[in-house]
Amino acid sequence: MNALVAPLTTVKTTCPYCGVGCGVLATPRVDGGLDIAGDPDHPANFGRLCVKGAALGETVSLEGRLLEPLIHGVPTTWNRALSHVASGFVDTLRTHGPQSIAFYLSGQLLTEDYYVANKLMKGFLGSANVDTNSRLCMASSVAGHRRAFGSDTVPNTYADLDSADMIVLTGSNAAWCHPVLYQRMQAARERRGTFIVNIDPRRTATSEGCDLQLSLQPGTDTVLFAWLFAEVARRGVIDPGYLARHTTGFAEVLANAQSIAPTPARVAELTGLSEADIEIFVNRWVATPRVVTCYSQGVNQSAQGTDKVAMILNCHLATARIGKQGSGPFSLTGQPNAMGGREVGGLANMLAAHMGFSGSDIDRVRRFWGAPYMADREGLKAVDMFDAIGRGEIKALWVMCTNPAVSLPKADHVRAALKKLDLLVVSEALASTDTTPGAHVLLPAATWAEKDGTVTNSERRISRQRAVLELPGMAKPDWWIVSEVAKRMGFEEAFSYPDAASIYREHAALSAFENHGSRDFDIGATATISNTAFDAMQPFQWPHAKGDTPQERFFADGHFFTPDGKARLHTVAPPALRVTTSEAWPLLLNTGRVRDQWHTMTRTGRAPKLGRHIPRPFIEMHPEDAARFGCVEGGYAVVTSAHGEATLLVAITPGQQRGMVFAPIHWNDASSGRARIGALVQDSVDPYSGQPEMKATPVRVVPITMASEGFLISRKRLDLPSWLSHARVAVEGGEGVLFASPRAPAEVAALLANFLPDQGDRAVLNDATVGVHRSIIYGEGGQLAAVLFVGDHHDEEAFGWMVEHFAAATLDRDTRRRLLAGRAASGVNLGPVVCSCFGIKRATILEAIRGGTDTVDAVGAQLKAGTNCGSCRPEIKGLIGKALA
Amino acid sequence: MKQRLLIIGGGMAGVKLVEELVATCPAHFAITLVGEEARPGYNRVLLSALLARDVSEADIRLKDASWYAAQGVTLITGDAVTSVDVTAQTAVVASGRKLTFDRVVFATGSSPIRLPLPGSDLPGVIAFRDLEDVSALERAAADGQRIAVIGGGLLGIEAAYGLAKRGADVSLIHVMDSLMERQLDGPAAAILKRAIERKGVKVLLAKSSRAITGGAKVEALEFNDGTALACDMVVFAVGIRPNMALAKAAGVAVNRGIVVDDALQAAYRGVYALGECAEHQGHVYGLVEPAYQQAKVLAAHLAGAPAAYGGTLLATNLKVSGVPVFSAGDFMGGEGTEAIVASDPRQGFYKKLVLKGGALVGVVLIGDADDALWYLDLMRRGVDVTALRRSLVFGPAYVPAAVLAALAA
Repeated sequence: MNALVAPLTTVKTTCPYCGVGCGVLATPRVDGGLDIAGDPDHPANFGRLCVKGAALGETVSLEGRLLEPLIHGVPTTWNRALSHVASGFVDTLRTHGPQSIAFYLSGQLLTEDYYVANKLMKGFLGSANVDTNSRLCMASSVAGHRRAFGSDTVPNTYADLDSADMIVLTGSNAAWCHPVLYQRMQAARERRGTFIVNIDPRRTATSEGCDLQLSLQPGTDTVLFAWLFAEVARRGVIDPGYLARHTTGFAEVLANAQSIAPTPARVAELTGLSEADIEIFVNRWVATPRVVTCYSQGVNQSAQGTDKVAMILNCHLATARIGKQGSGPFSLTGQPNAMGGREVGGLANMLAAHMGFSGSDIDRVRRFWGAPYMADREGLKAVDMFDAIGRGEIKALWVMCTNPAVSLPKADHVRAALKKLDLLVVSEALASTDTTPGAHVLLPAATWAEKDGTVTNSERRISRQRAVLELPGMAKPDWWIVSEVAKRMGFEEAFSYPDAASIYREHAALSAFENHGSRDFDIGATATISNTAFDAMQPFQWPHAKGDTPQERFFADGHFFTPDGKARLHTVAPPALRVTTSEAWPLLLNTGRVRDQWHTMTRTGRAPKLGRHIPRPFIEMHPEDAARFGCVEGGYAVVTSAHGEATLLVAITPGQQRGMVFAPIHWNDASSGRARIGALVQDSVDPYSGQPEMKATPVRVVPITMASEGFLISRKRLDLPSWLSHARVAVEGGEGVLFASPRAPAEVAALLANFLPDQGDRAVLNDATVGVHRSIIYGEGGQLAAVLFVGDHHDEEAFGWMVEHFAAATLDRDTRRRLLAGRAASGVNLGPVVCSCFGIKRATILEAIRGGTDTVDAVGAQLKAGTNCGSCRPEIKGLIGKALA
Repeated sequence: MKQRLLIIGGGMAGVKLVEELVATCPAHFAITLVGEEARPGYNRVLLSALLARDVSEADIRLKDASWYAAQGVTLITGDAVTSVDVTAQTAVVASGRKLTFDRVVFATGSSPIRLPLPGSDLPGVIAFRDLEDVSALERAAADGQRIAVIGGGLLGIEAAYGLAKRGADVSLIHVMDSLMERQLDGPAAAILKRAIERKGVKVLLAKSSRAITGGAKVEALEFNDGTALACDMVVFAVGIRPNMALAKAAGVAVNRGIVVDDALQAAYRGVYALGECAEHQGHVYGLVEPAYQQAKVLAAHLAGAPAAYGGTLLATNLKVSGVPVFSAGDFMGGEGTEAIVASDPRQGFYKKLVLKGGALVGVVLIGDADDALWYLDLMRRGVDVTALRRSLVFGPAYVPAAVLAALAA
């Protein structure tokens, strides 16, 4: 059980999931859990939380935590572990040079953690091989911003979503990935009629709340924005004065845009959109000065991501619709501190504090740090870094707070590469992830609710993450671990930080060091903040230079951070996917998130509430593709790319584009079997950002007949065989496993029975002829100890029913008599949970709709569904649409 | 003028027939019912419940004496028919009285089998068949005697349960290695055994009795394996034998029982038999349900309506030692059959359904027999249960209403 820092005192902190950066009120409970509420005073969310944030209290148990340092799997002291890491990196550096060592960091590290790791590598070990999972997430936006603005600057703020008349979402399923912001957009839409456009190859939950859905061909966003640019110019919406005074490159870009998008017919042909829809989009955009264009992974995760960003920025720059109230381009980040990582320079192509690798920047940072051994050139970006590891060039790697064996493209290749390292150090909160096997040193890291420091959200707002629970076992903050290693390398003086506040002050001081307005990132006003003030720090937006008030927006004044102060309009390459389909690989695999999970599920996967929405990894297909390849709804398919394969549940939807399939990124070998989608994803990267194309990998899909499907529920995690396709799902009081197998039910039941506890009363049901095999094992007190249901189809109702009873402390004889039925007598299958907060199921909502409850609010009033976090409101809306159609 | 109908036997079959006749054709017959026991007919099935004091003697009486009178039935109790002349249409009772009839029904029931063991004539060796036996057992239980019940069938189990409940030191002896082996399969019998043991009955299986020993009274029961059980009383509950001597003496054809046709008529016109003394199509039933079905058919027949008895699908549907037990049909399964088995042995639940060609052909239920009659109905009607197979073992409450309705049709 977790120990409390300050019993029952509510602590203001920040959510550890997406880049919205919502303020969270966390109140410890006496049972070691946390009560969670949105912080009504936080400007990112004003009290609202999405379902993931609202379920944070379910994620803080110590089950499965790494609580002591391990060397070669053997528990050891911190001193030995730290010395081992220090000498390992120093020896490798001395023998093989600075290119032989690397850090792979995470957008979930706090700014202070990030700062110390970046400083050690780039200033004291002479290597810039510091990259981060933000490379998979934000790198194209960073590169796009830097090319256009001379700095990695997000010009606008969330408040602009409230005052925009038009919001264009491109490559963003905000309804599921940034739910709180999406609800904010929806509120504006209801309040002032904001016209919302959703540009995405597939229809998503986001589409439910938009006025125009543009399901374009993958990779053709730039064609659409080139056409928009050309039309903006043709229709005279450009701001000639602003263009002339504050930008360069307009004429070249216009020619470039016109060649890419010469005619409406050609644009329609390339994008697959109708000319009418394109015209609506362009007319609206042209006629609406207050327009915000939001972009996320659909833009960034592309081999042409930087160019996609460029053409979006071009449109905004040409019209001077940037950094103004209700108007500007807006990159929505996917991680809680991707922005903070960028600020400290935790990317291989950044140095520190938004400085790059120019001679003067290197010199400035060297002087500030008193650094003995500065990196003098950019390091290897993530994909290149792991390739270099695979080639044996990088010999020592330290992974912090991330799970590259799941999340990187060609994840099997990554896994193989990790085995070649002489030294793999992993700082982790969990004892076992896909990345931990083979680690030579495992270091127990503090995690959310235990850590202290800062994070920066998508609108440049720095907020505090505060500890509310004691550090468990021997766990330590990442900044402490890195500093202690640095000290053991001989850098005692530069890394003697007593606390996170002292690191923050140094970081703030560096941001202001010889800045004088030359760099966008300046938080010098807080460089001398006291520890007490740091503890009490309110969320604020940067820049916040000494003597200035915080600045809300950038660039409306036309001042950019290029050498000449002008923005660069950038020409782009003709839009085309790097790798296209072929006869062998006839479909394109798109990837993304689902509503109630986040990244590799190491945290969200622990919350029962979050496991109910979509418990199984799936592949979405258009009905025609499903028919073409012989796939059926609810069946399974083996999805194969040139790099790997996965076995996934088939979900057929006309919202999916023909020729494309979609699979979620979350599931991995720790949370499932045969469903790690990263293994399939290709590694073509953007030439500027190094960000891989994760949304268009050619694949083939072959149906597989699963003779058996079923589920296990157990108190303890079960180590299941790798041949079994399965997905784990947290349930109250234990863990569920949903599985499928081509083997016969009797065989599967017999094999899996070996994994059940051998103690306890056993109730069994067998109907071998139809392949029904069920076992229920009762514990000492009469509560359920384990459940195994094997049949010839997935029985969602039985799973839900058994999960419900699994949570019960004891079961009376009458309940027990009926339990093998797996459902209530005369029970109606209510379908999957739509509203996770209140556990409202689909059939219940549909019944209300058919009964005349025909608005989302009315459904909420009647059933409470959608009235807490609101994440399910788009789905409820979709159900209303479908039911009334 | 009414025909004279003589019913020999005042037990459950005879009384039921009277009831059916009264309901069907009250004006047809002048009925005389002759019962050997002193009291009017009672529910023999409840003797063990009476022994266990779950019910009172009044509770088990089928009809009060006044009822018979009210129906115009001549009731003779404590007097046994000693001979019947089917040609002369007369019968003589033990008291010497001569009865005449136009038609006669044998409802003479059965007698308990007493094993021909040495010592089986010792005082303290009894059967468990009537109210007198119950009284004897009650006295023994009250004295804290050690009682050995021989016979692990329904009757023996019930007797042992009743005795245990009355505080006796009871051992139940069965020659087979499984209780109620003709009604239950192994797992079901094991559950029943545990249930009985929990009530305080010592169960000894696969014990073949060799002799009852003792001087003035019973002292021990010896087994063929050389072991012995010290006891003060031995109760035989090893089976029943149809009472057909009277019929046989009258020249009515008998085999294992009094042979009857589908109208329950014996091989002599105007002579009928029903219940445990009758043999229909080779079957002699030892349960009350066939007797009741036969009574209904026979009453109709006597009333002149077309009626035929087609035999009863054997079903056991009882509470044994407070545990619901049901079995019917081919519950052991075998070639060409499929089984659905659900069990929770610790809680005493066991359900086995045997299917053949899509129809239910056998059922065993222990611990939860709520749906027994539903299964029996499905079996008797030979319904194709394929459509509800996945719900079948959980009972009708789990079958969608539409499917149930289709089944009923």
